Amino acid sequence: MQYLPQLLFIAALAFAIYFFANNVRKLKRNIDLGKDVDRKDNKKIRFNQMLRVALGQSKMVTKPIAGTLHVIVYVGFVIINLEVLEIIIDGIFGTHRIFSFLGGGYNFLIGSFEILALLVLITVILFWIRRNVMNIKRFLSKELKGWPKNDANYILYFEVVLMVLFLSMNAADYQLQQMGHEAYVEAGAYPISQFIAPLFEGMSESALIALERGAWWAHILGIFFFLNYLYYSKHLHILLAFPNVYFSNIEEKGKFKNLDSVTNEVKMMLDPNADPFAEPEEGAEDEVPEKFGASDVQDLNWFQLLSSYTCTECGRCTSECPANQTGKKLSPRKIMMDTRDRLEEVGKNMDANNGEFKDDGKQLLDDYISREELWACTTCNACVEACPVGIDPLSIIMDMRQYLVMEESAAPAELNNAMGNIENNAAPWPYNQQDRLNWANE
Amino acid sequence: MSEKLNVPTMAQYMSEGKKPEVLFWVGCAGSFDDRAKKITKAFVKILNNIGVDFAVLGSEEGCTGDPAKRAGNEFLFQMQAMTNIEVMNAYEIEKVVTTCPHCFNTLKNEYPSLGGNYQVMHHTQFLKSLLNEGKLKVEGGKYKGKRITFHDPCYLGRANNEYEAPRDLLRKLEVELVEMKSCKSKGLCCGAGGAQMFKDAEKGDKEVNIHRTEQAVEVKPDVVAAGCPFCNTMMTDGVKHEGKEGAIEVLDVVEMIANAQDL
Repeated sequence: MQYLPQLLFIAALAFAIYFFANNVRKLKRNIDLGKDVDRKDNKKIRFNQMLRVALGQSKMVTKPIAGTLHVIVYVGFVIINLEVLEIIIDGIFGTHRIFSFLGGGYNFLIGSFEILALLVLITVILFWIRRNVMNIKRFLSKELKGWPKNDANYILYFEVVLMVLFLSMNAADYQLQQMGHEAYVEAGAYPISQFIAPLFEGMSESALIALERGAWWAHILGIFFFLNYLYYSKHLHILLAFPNVYFSNIEEKGKFKNLDSVTNEVKMMLDPNADPFAEPEEGAEDEVPEKFGASDVQDLNWFQLLSSYTCTECGRCTSECPANQTGKKLSPRKIMMDTRDRLEEVGKNMDANNGEFKDDGKQLLDDYISREELWACTTCNACVEACPVGIDPLSIIMDMRQYLVMEESAAPAELNNAMGNIENNAAPWPYNQQDRLNWANE
Repeated sequence: MSEKLNVPTMAQYMSEGKKPEVLFWVGCAGSFDDRAKKITKAFVKILNNIGVDFAVLGSEEGCTGDPAKRAGNEFLFQMQAMTNIEVMNAYEIEKVVTTCPHCFNTLKNEYPSLGGNYQVMHHTQFLKSLLNEGKLKVEGGKYKGKRITFHDPCYLGRANNEYEAPRDLLRKLEVELVEMKSCKSKGLCCGAGGAQMFKDAEKGDKEVNIHRTEQAVEVKPDVVAAGCPFCNTMMTDGVKHEGKEGAIEVLDVVEMIANAQDL
């Protein structure tokens, strides 16, 4: 009987890890559905970018209020999680506050956790007010209706509950320490929970122990649950922001990729010595891809798919988008959300069909992202610049435009005119190429 | 205005067995659009005035393919790119300057992997380097003390991280430089990029160029300075729409420099 709590704890931990590993496996499988793209070069530059942008939150603070509040929750999250390590060791070995031997250092740690917990609590309440009471435009968009809005609030409620449990656990512990209970040796500093402890005055020792144990268990089980909630939530960014920034584009934003498959064909067309009927060389791979551009998630690359899971739907991209600001349907955030939703749908389809994707008659284009959205983009890169975690919604828009134009010849009529002109007279307007220098004599 | 422009072509240089220091890539707007032609001429006047050894491709130049690429037509883009690269490589071109940020971006970033490797500069960068070398003198003249706001072209600013060259030139003109609500890395697009110039906008509450012009009007400038022929068109239309064409001029930075020198 003595070991029952330990056994229960180990079982809970094992379940949490098992489910989490399962989620990670699914996440990886879905991301791997994307095409290859080389983002493994320039390791040093990428690593430094990750330190600066993800760890250092450098782009968060471009919005000072939201940015500062976010840094508080972020620092709180990272630092308070040191305490989770102690909780897990205690849980497995049946110890209590195993790190208390650190003495003064331990007091400092617990003290800082408490202060951070209070700051997080206040910040999370402010976040809730920003989302639900203040009319902040980027939280009112159509694409946030329903699950995305609920998801955002659930995360906030969860954090409130975890912080309250953490502080209550400490308060009960502190109270028991004051009463001189032998299992609760005096350890830790309680700058916040010492003010909660008086609420427990007059409670019996056993009630206090039940309270302390109850809060301890609820807190750690809550963390296990939260860990496994991530996969279903926009909150995945707390893990994926780091790899996403690492693998994000490090070149000039204006540099769009050139399609190699097109290069080969164009070279052939322009080469006077090329034999269009030549047999491919022995062993040469068929370079012509099945299709140009993207109409579904499998046509995108793995980085774009990783980004769709990384997106936490903050909407900074959308609020900077000139098309969105002027009332067009395009919202870069929706592009990312749609990509994730479709990818999830494809993943579930595979789960139901022994890992094989069965055509469901749907695709990212039209069923999720409309042509009207795609054509409203000015390729200005404001969304890419705005993203605090290196997401590039523009690259998805461009890939889908390529599909529309090169596979479906479905560009708007005026664009077809301009492209026809470029083809015929090397300018988007119908002027003769021979007249290009007329201005010099006008 | 009366003086005739000296605009040699690469073919002329070649026939004399010479190579210019720099190729001036005029671009489609700079060649054909009436408003943009004035920018082209202002730039040439400055080059002529200080004796820069340059040439143009003339009828051998063709669209870089930027609008085709951004519209999704990678085939047409690469056809244009390879044709241009063949011409430029035949002339052994090393350095290119252009008054269009779209040409600038495409030549600089998207031509190298197709075999076109050149040192490419936007005209504001080129003029700034001439200024640093002491070849170009820029003084206030008629713009001294005037309120000027610079509209960042997306393909110069965010796309290539050049925010200061045009501003440095404006400062040399001794203007009162004022910034719009969205500027530099957060600059708001004029609405023409991504091939939008060549199509109608999708349904919305208003046009992007009007939205941007409102930001410009807010800071009460005498001149909206631009660095792109397309931005110039969009902002000029925007200023007309706001009924401010009497009060606010839309000028390229290079036109301001030429005007200040009475060229």
